[in-house]
Amino acid sequence: MESLYAITTGILTACGLFLTLRGRTFPVVVGLTLLSYAVNLFLFSMGGLTTNGAVIIDGPSNYADPLPQALVLTAIVIGFAMTAFVVILAMRARGDLGNDHVDGGKFEEFREDRR
Amino acid sequence: MMQHLVILPIVLPLVAGVVLLRSRQGNTHHKRVIGVSATVALLAVAIALVIKASSGEVTYYAVGDWQPPFGIVMVLDRLSALMILLTAILALGCVVFACAGDDEQGSNFHGLFQLQLMGINGAFLTGDLFNLFVFFEVLLLASYALLMHGGGKARIQAGVHYVVLNLAGSSLFLIAVGVLYGATGTLNMADMAVRLSELNPERAGLVSAGALLLLVVFGLKAAILPLYFWMPRAYAAAPAPVAALFAIMTKVGIYAILRVYHLVFGDHAGPLAALEQPWVWWLSLATLVVAAIGVLAARDLRLLVAYLVLVSVGTLLAGIGIHTPQAISALLFYLVHTTLVTGGLFLLAELIGLQRGKANTRLVKGRPLQNGGLLASLFFLSAVAVAGLPPLSGAIGKALLLDATPADHQPWLWPILLGAGLCSLVALSRAGSTLFWRSHEGEPNRAPLTRRQLFGVSWLLGASPLLVILAGPVSDYTQATAEQLASPDPHIQALLPEAVAGGDT
Repeated sequence: MESLYAITTGILTACGLFLTLRGRTFPVVVGLTLLSYAVNLFLFSMGGLTTNGAVIIDGPSNYADPLPQALVLTAIVIGFAMTAFVVILAMRARGDLGNDHVDGGKFEEFREDRR
Repeated sequence: MMQHLVILPIVLPLVAGVVLLRSRQGNTHHKRVIGVSATVALLAVAIALVIKASSGEVTYYAVGDWQPPFGIVMVLDRLSALMILLTAILALGCVVFACAGDDEQGSNFHGLFQLQLMGINGAFLTGDLFNLFVFFEVLLLASYALLMHGGGKARIQAGVHYVVLNLAGSSLFLIAVGVLYGATGTLNMADMAVRLSELNPERAGLVSAGALLLLVVFGLKAAILPLYFWMPRAYAAAPAPVAALFAIMTKVGIYAILRVYHLVFGDHAGPLAALEQPWVWWLSLATLVVAAIGVLAARDLRLLVAYLVLVSVGTLLAGIGIHTPQAISALLFYLVHTTLVTGGLFLLAELIGLQRGKANTRLVKGRPLQNGGLLASLFFLSAVAVAGLPPLSGAIGKALLLDATPADHQPWLWPILLGAGLCSLVALSRAGSTLFWRSHEGEPNRAPLTRRQLFGVSWLLGASPLLVILAGPVSDYTQATAEQLASPDPHIQALLPEAVAGGDT
């Protein structure tokens, strides 16, 4: 299970990073979202992966660390708010600047030609 | 009441912010009264905190009375008290300046301003790594909205970079916190310091990876060389009172570096002690060089001031890179000076821009200024202070730092720091002569200065001569702060009495 978990987190991070480095706001927003999913999964695993354990302390033997779960909840809420904000910001930038390039795209047409 | 004093710098702006955000529209006069009085109250609280902390005692506030290391704690020591006082002084100048009309250019200025203060104060007080993340997010979210206050293309464009970079930075912060939690099993900074001293050597690699990731995050906030590119444009585009408040934002990064690498990765951390030092030292020198070039190349007064902030970041980081108590003391003195003076310069740039009309703050020939004499003398005062010339506080801060440099660091720091000062001097004199002397014939633009604006500017710039007069007490305080930072044991003992006694395993 550990390797599957690690590979999933790694692939998510890689995709998120790739998309964040793109030149248009929409892929960047999707990339940031994927990155925050990956981070949430990563945080979740930091207490160690426990199977078939109780969620909260249930006797001394077998339980999952509850703290990462609390952290992930906080991180999800904050990440959600930030994503909502950045989506609106991207829309506003598209409206105000007339294009969806992250730099405001002065060389927009030139790049279109080359492609 | 007294035991709740420590949490007041967070609760007070929170309550004021919520009250102010209750109605989006509404009587501007009432909002201004609430905003300014909350900031004045914060200043009073901050003074009380400094008096409390100056005895050298470390006090903490356990939220909900959950004792450390399990609960959330707010820790007050000399460093956090100093930073909160600095924030309150800066904020008062900004908010009064904003009352002259900047707050009406968009909605909710005062509410967001208070929430921003809450985030900044929380970051200075918290004793818990995850809460540091939460307060960073609070201050960032408020700053995103404040940066965009009033709208306009330049702000949106700078805002996109700022927001995206900081969101990526937040992800990195969470990864770093996760790694450190996984390796040490705690998030409380004092507890983490104890756990690190008995760390399984197998996990040292993991911890150092987490620690250096944290450095990247704090470096992004503080605007160290490869991570500063968002900074000049965002600061130059922001509305003047917001840009002035942002002068403290880079210092939040500096504070976080100071706090985490002294408390958590202090001398007791064995091989992990001071692992940030080589990175910070060389990057600080490179930052200084790039910032000096930026200062010379800037064609706009606001951009020039933004690069001056970058110069100050490089100077402060060099102090961290040296890592002796003398250097830390010098850097704290310089930090107080540079935050207030660059904040004042941002406000002053706005006044100059308003009076020049269409030419705004661009360094080109423009109309003559209506109050040219007054603005020019204020500009002269701030230029002398920020370039680090005697007799103002910049010179004292720099002299302390140069004096604290050990012999093997001197050949690097002295020429670069003094060269950066020279570049600032050249750029500022060029800017000043263009702004005030090279003007067209013609009528000055009618934009009379208001008393609120003048109060904001002189409140912040007046700090510089005041720092010279009070240089003795202030440097005594910073010296004591540096010594407190250098020996984290009393700090840990105050939070975890049984840990040092050996009860913790």
